[in-house]
Amino acid sequence: MSEPLLDIRDLRISFRGPDGTWSEALRGVDLSLERGGVLGVVGESGSGKSIAMMAFLQLLPRGARISGSARFNGEELIGMAPSRIRQIRGKNIGCIFQDPLSAFNPVLTIGSQIAEAIRLHDRSVSRREALKEAERLFEMVSIPQPARRVRQYPHEFSGGMRQRAMIAMALANRPELIIADEPTTALDVTVQAQILDLLADLRKELGIGLVMITHDLGVVAGIADEIAVMYGGKVVERGPTDPVFYDTAHPYTAGLIGAVPTLEGTGALRQIPGTPPSIFTRPQGCSFNPRCERAEAVCLREDPPFAVHGRTSCACHFPLGPSLRVVGS
Amino acid sequence: MLAYIVRRLISIPFLLLGVASVSFLLSQMTKGDPLAALVPERMMSNPEIVEAVKAEWGLDKPLPVRYVRYLGNLIQGDLGTSFSTRRPVATDIAERLPATLELVIAAMIIGTALGLCLGLLSARFRGSAFDSLARIFALIGSSLPIFWSGLILLYLLSVRIALVPGTGRLPPRVQPPPTHTGLYTIDALIAGDISLFWQALAHLALPAFVLGWAVTGIITRLVRSSLIEGLGQDYARTARAKGAPERVVLIGHALPNAMIPLLTILGFTFAYLITGAVLTEAIFSWPGIGSYAVRAAASLDYPAIGGVTIVGSVAFLLANLLTDIAYAWANPRIKVH
Amino acid sequence: MAELSNALGTAASRTRFVGLRRLVRRLPPTAKVGAAILLFWIVTVLTIHFWPVADPLAMVGRRLQPPSGDHWLGTDALGRDVFSRTLHGSVWSIPIAIVVVAFAVAIGSALGAVAGFFGGWWDAVIMRLVDVTVSFPPILLAMAVAAMLGPGLANASIAMVIVWWPIYARLMRAQVLEVREREHVEAAVAGGAGRVRVLVVHVLPLCWTPTLINATMDFGQVVLLAASLSFIGLGATPPSPEWGSMISEGATRFYNWWIAFGPGMAILSVVLATSFLGDGLRDAFDRRAG
Repeated sequence: MSEPLLDIRDLRISFRGPDGTWSEALRGVDLSLERGGVLGVVGESGSGKSIAMMAFLQLLPRGARISGSARFNGEELIGMAPSRIRQIRGKNIGCIFQDPLSAFNPVLTIGSQIAEAIRLHDRSVSRREALKEAERLFEMVSIPQPARRVRQYPHEFSGGMRQRAMIAMALANRPELIIADEPTTALDVTVQAQILDLLADLRKELGIGLVMITHDLGVVAGIADEIAVMYGGKVVERGPTDPVFYDTAHPYTAGLIGAVPTLEGTGALRQIPGTPPSIFTRPQGCSFNPRCERAEAVCLREDPPFAVHGRTSCACHFPLGPSLRVVGS
Repeated sequence: MLAYIVRRLISIPFLLLGVASVSFLLSQMTKGDPLAALVPERMMSNPEIVEAVKAEWGLDKPLPVRYVRYLGNLIQGDLGTSFSTRRPVATDIAERLPATLELVIAAMIIGTALGLCLGLLSARFRGSAFDSLARIFALIGSSLPIFWSGLILLYLLSVRIALVPGTGRLPPRVQPPPTHTGLYTIDALIAGDISLFWQALAHLALPAFVLGWAVTGIITRLVRSSLIEGLGQDYARTARAKGAPERVVLIGHALPNAMIPLLTILGFTFAYLITGAVLTEAIFSWPGIGSYAVRAAASLDYPAIGGVTIVGSVAFLLANLLTDIAYAWANPRIKVH
Repeated sequence: MAELSNALGTAASRTRFVGLRRLVRRLPPTAKVGAAILLFWIVTVLTIHFWPVADPLAMVGRRLQPPSGDHWLGTDALGRDVFSRTLHGSVWSIPIAIVVVAFAVAIGSALGAVAGFFGGWWDAVIMRLVDVTVSFPPILLAMAVAAMLGPGLANASIAMVIVWWPIYARLMRAQVLEVREREHVEAAVAGGAGRVRVLVVHVLPLCWTPTLINATMDFGQVVLLAASLSFIGLGATPPSPEWGSMISEGATRFYNWWIAFGPGMAILSVVLATSFLGDGLRDAFDRRAG
């Protein structure tokens, strides 16, 4: 079997808290993605889903302590020399960020920022050629009047157009992997769907691997091959998309699905009570226990191990059985 | 923003009227008798001469009439006649303005260039020994009494080690270049006299550095803090995600954003420069309007002080207006509106 | 009712006291150094007459001697001890700066508060006056006023107050405009309190922080400007040992660098001290607010 495109093993990240002690924001995460596959990483804010990706790209602020392994095409990224990881960033791995307004530099034209992405990895391309390429990329992501648009500044774009431009920039060097961190959260609902369609089409057309980070299961439902649900710095459930939705094992995943409005759903929308823990105030035992309806004494004591359960894998002492399926029950 | 600039443009004549009125009032409230400066003492007893002088200078008219006449003269560029040089103040100032301009422009260039370099290096190597040294250098620059630092540097660099020549714009008995701009360095170049250019530049170097140092302090602090802020912004993370090395993130991304606050501060530093120029010129015997004002103040030459004050205020207002325009020009978010 | 407000008053002053102590503890080391330097100068001003130093106005040695064990900072052109004169200089500079800042704060804050609170014509007239005043480059305005009034420290002080009041007027106006909209002020107005009473009792006590920080920072700048005016002959007159006029004496004999060295360092110490302390106070207040 061929090597996975991205293979993360036991990734751990600690930050120093206000009182000087170290707290783990990521507590041993395993993820992997096949070449050309789509992985959805789902969780509430604070679950560690974004920093896991920022960590192996070495984009975290200084002072974070990282251990574990993240292999990209078989090459270890953790602890890689900055000069080498810079060659990979933007060239082999493209990034799309949540808020395209603040993610673009406000005083430079969009075109020059895309041209920069190209020229950073190939000095032989002239500025003019790079700008021409930016126009072609704009056409690819369906931005009308590309010749005029590349000369405009970020604030002259609408939110949706800005995110298209962001995607164009991530595609600039034909990467093998794109990491999209909440790419639709800052957008209007109608625009969200367009951006998701665009991402799905381009990915299929170009055969790019995609990691989609989101708090919204609905966003990844139609696009992901596999889903990993994160909570409190760990992956709590992982599996192919359909089983995660239809043979849900972890109560937290079930809660997230309950929070997804479905067309057939006539009952009241279920919500997970409470708020996610901060990395400095994580409870003993299973970190989901304060919010879990099924929690027993053992959940307060022991962190559940990650094990195969039915068609998915999950970390729970009392996983949901088929009779407790949420959707379609 | 455009509306703001238009409003500023409209307000400037009113502010100038205010400035002129205050200057007029100040000149009318002086304790000294203006006649004493105009009429030789032995003629004071001659009422005919006194009356003639009063009529000539308009001193026999009531205050409002004199005010209107003062404003009328001002609009025609007449700032009155200096008591001490007995020449029109406007002529005196016009003659000395280029010296001050040369000093202030050179100081602005030194201060901005040095401040940008120090700010960039401090932000790049923040927390290092260099960062601390640059911060101390900047802080001392904006805290030093300029008339003292000029003195000490003149003693150290000119008297002790003869690195720079002494005071003045040129060595004694050296003819200035033919006047085109009034700036000796530029005029020397126009005349093609390279050795004269170097002499003028050498004389300019120390006073311009002393004056620029004060500005360096303000600019270094501002550039450093806006660059560090920029490095933490989302656009900096995007640039890093594109594979940009830290140097490119700093110069290509954080620096263009830091130019906007820098432009707003330049107008503010102009006030510093005017204050500093007055004192620097006094120390370095620089024949500009600053040393003219100091001499006028010491000899209570009110028309001269008033003239310099008005010219200084006009320059100050124009500098602030230019800052606003430059700000609007540099900030693309404002340009479209 | 009176008892209640009394009790509230003591409680308030106690928390204010505790807040002050916490504030001091939270100051960064540089700010504490700044405070110590200022304290040193204030103590010097108050006790200099008891110090075992030479008479600042008397000829105590040979003229123009470089620094030595007898005269730590040498002697000037009239054989006076520069070290003693530098210390005595604080008696001029420090109180003058205090008076100038106090008057500028009082006048500026009063006018700014009136402009901000009453608005309308008051606002228009006062703020146009501010606009015109800040259109003058500070030193030229101070020179013009000082020259018009005649040389002397008193007149120079008046000139400096004229230069500085607009800063505090703008600061206080902005603060009052913000505080005026708060609920307790609206409640007091609705409760029928007089406008002046509302301004003095409910608005002004909440407006002082920026003024305090700015005044701390300006203190050094006032010392600097006062010395500048003396330097160009519009402030203190010889033979008084004012820092600016000492430097101007040194300027005519700058081969004897030590004449100007002491007063220059003294001015630098005050300016640095106030900017350290001002920065520290601003950060401490910011953190408390945030």
